[in-house]
Amino acid sequence: MTVFALIDGNSFYCSCERVFDPTLAKRPVIVLSNGDGCAVARTPEAKALGIRMGQPWFQMRDLCRTHKVAVLSSNYALYGDMSARMNEVYRLFSPAIEVYSIDESFLDLSGLGGTDLVTHARELRATVRQWTGIPTCVGVGPTKTLAKLANWVAKHDPERGGVCDFRDEAARLPVMAKIPVTEVWGMGSASVGKLEALGCRTAADLARLDPALARRLLTVVGERIVWELRGTSCLPLEEVAPQRKGCAVTRNFAGRVEDLPTLQEAVAAHTARLAEKLRHHGLATDALTVFFHTSTHDQGPQHAASRTVTLPEATNDTLALIRAARAAVAAIWRPGHRYSKAGVMTMSLIRAEDAAPPLFDGLDRERSARLMGALDAVNARWGRGTLLPASTGLKRPWATRFEHRSPRYTTRLDELPRARA
Amino acid sequence: MFLLRHHEFESQAEAWSLPFVLEGLCAGFPSPADDHLEPDINLLELLIPNKPATFLWRVDGHSMTDAGIYHGDILIVDRSLTPRHGDVVVAVVNGERSLKRLLLDGPRPRLALENREFPAFAIPEAAEVEIWGVVRCNVHWLRGRR
Repeated sequence: MTVFALIDGNSFYCSCERVFDPTLAKRPVIVLSNGDGCAVARTPEAKALGIRMGQPWFQMRDLCRTHKVAVLSSNYALYGDMSARMNEVYRLFSPAIEVYSIDESFLDLSGLGGTDLVTHARELRATVRQWTGIPTCVGVGPTKTLAKLANWVAKHDPERGGVCDFRDEAARLPVMAKIPVTEVWGMGSASVGKLEALGCRTAADLARLDPALARRLLTVVGERIVWELRGTSCLPLEEVAPQRKGCAVTRNFAGRVEDLPTLQEAVAAHTARLAEKLRHHGLATDALTVFFHTSTHDQGPQHAASRTVTLPEATNDTLALIRAARAAVAAIWRPGHRYSKAGVMTMSLIRAEDAAPPLFDGLDRERSARLMGALDAVNARWGRGTLLPASTGLKRPWATRFEHRSPRYTTRLDELPRARA
Repeated sequence: MFLLRHHEFESQAEAWSLPFVLEGLCAGFPSPADDHLEPDINLLELLIPNKPATFLWRVDGHSMTDAGIYHGDILIVDRSLTPRHGDVVVAVVNGERSLKRLLLDGPRPRLALENREFPAFAIPEAAEVEIWGVVRCNVHWLRGRR
């Protein structure tokens, strides 16, 4: 029988902050999204105050002040490092793991036949807690969907001590009868609406649904969920991340941007970052979508602009992509608008080595590869942003501020945690 | 076209490793040492045997100088180590992160300072103490880095 576990960090970003700042231990803590837009992580104390996931920062500013909520900008350098450490620990407890997101991983425990898996899961939790300081929950089940559901129970039922085992059908069905169908992995709001019409409201109801009916109603994806909820594994562990299909870099501005040169500069900087990401993954693109818009919270004229430009050949050359992006900005910018956010994205990614050269006037690929290689090498050695195209600006008045960011405790020598001696 | 942001490039020395391999350089006789070649000494493995559990901390203050730990030093703290009597630890005392010597030889655990000029630190009965991690070793430069 296959056995999967899903382990994830409790209020992960907030927990990372608490590891290094003990004064946060008893206070409600929230972490804001990139550019301090909205809440993306909340401790139970913050949830109890009614702070919702995705709630805009300006809406809860007063509430946070009144209740002395610790409000932090996201510190992805820290969260990424802590995530890597946790996955290193997981590898000691499981022969195969799938890093599903920054704070969730699936473990394949199938091979550990003789072991008492619940004890194993408790030891895993305890080790992660001791070594990294991060509290976690573990769900165990015969399929990934059941492991994820068991994890939800482990999180919401304090009696279980952070571990929930869904391997036994007779034991899990009564529990599943109390879990709303919205909590099942992969259930979107449209699917939930269709299921409600059939009176299918809980995870147990969904497990009982006729698979053929599920397929008609919710396509093959829905049918697979039904089989998975019944204990038949359809989703294997994906140890290698699937190739990215899209890539985007979007940011709120620190203030508002009105003039074309500043807007172009911001978009060029986002594009430079996008190109860096593409090269990191060995990908290239031949179409770039540039967009920017005003804020619906502002008075004054509103404008949302977007333009997709195609390039003569797929590339990941920073300079070629910036040229295309700047031209797109100039084509769609309108004077007299106060823009609040800009971004670049691409949905047409191919592997860089598969990029076909155009018939005429192609890029000098050898020169481009050497230049980009040197650029990435310098930035890898001396830090991101050491060497950058002048078109991305130096002062960057538009750049998002991280006003409440904690130190990058684990990745910067000059920001290490300090022990009073 | 490109602008180099002002950084000080002082650490340009190439990474070195021991022992040096001479084989490729010998035009005449092969080195008699080649058959006795050993793998490099890995300093990182020595100092950080358990990477996911190891964190660097900066010393802030002068209360541990008698233990050879000075202001500005970098501590290698291993959270996977179980605290023992005599360990230097990062302790959280009433919410403050501090560096102390852990003493477990009395009826109650004590945290001690190591500087003759400082009065001994006694933990009040009601204090909340948590051992954050055990200090495995201390990085102290004898020749100033700046």
